[in-house]
Amino acid sequence: MPINYYIFLSVALFCVGVAGVLTRRNAIIIFMCIELMLNAVNLLLVAFSKMHHQTLQIVNPHAGIDGQLFVFFIMVVAAAEVSVGLAIIAMMYRNTHSVDVNFLNRLKH
Amino acid sequence: MGTTQILFWFLSIVALFSAIMVVVSKNPIHSVLWLIIVFFAISGHYILLNAQFLAIVNLIVYAGAIMVLFLFVIMLMNLNADTEPQKNKWLKIAGVIAGGALLLVLVAALKDAELKNRMAEVNGGDIGLIHNLGMALFKDYVVPFEISSILFLSAMVGAVVIGKKEA
Repeated sequence: MPINYYIFLSVALFCVGVAGVLTRRNAIIIFMCIELMLNAVNLLLVAFSKMHHQTLQIVNPHAGIDGQLFVFFIMVVAAAEVSVGLAIIAMMYRNTHSVDVNFLNRLKH
Repeated sequence: MGTTQILFWFLSIVALFSAIMVVVSKNPIHSVLWLIIVFFAISGHYILLNAQFLAIVNLIVYAGAIMVLFLFVIMLMNLNADTEPQKNKWLKIAGVIAGGALLLVLVAALKDAELKNRMAEVNGGDIGLIHNLGMALFKDYVVPFEISSILFLSAMVGAVVIGKKEA
């Protein structure tokens, strides 16, 4: 598959995630759109790793494996971030009984 | 069109449609379910690119653990469609226009990139196999691997400390 197709698919998913973060008011949906953005980037990294593998595999049979390892570490960080983020959201809900980010915005008052 | 192309387009359309439904759904539980479908479509793309380990890890970690965590939190907070806060219509339109503008800028920047004729190798290549990934992970990247275990420990401690009830 031409790498262009993967680039455009990943860019489209990323922009849907961005529109979701800007549009929604529920903190949990915003968090889920961030996960969508991370997945779009993961897909692009894997596609690029296969592209480099195809052109460089004569020289180095394991060319491009770094892209897939980076995706592995992105998933690691995303899992840790989700657990901490949901703990924060659960605690804020316990204090204010709302997950509306406009309401949470007024924390300082 | 070969089987590979048909599969690629089918998975792409499913992923994009489900991503839009994630953003558009009123009920948060429906959003979670659409996001699980997105993860399945992206795992399908990984399998098409022969990144087998990442496809399975994506399913187990993202769709299996993270989304279940989201579902638990949503159900514990008892959110449904009628408690969803309503956003101002103009802000929603502004958000969609901002996302569309970003899409336009990125597509315009990348459509004439010099690598547009390079192919991503599908259906073959052995760098996605777990043997090769494991060798690279434990030989060249063993230090980030160990540090990520410390990251998990700190995330666990942080989540428990944040979630504790005030005594």
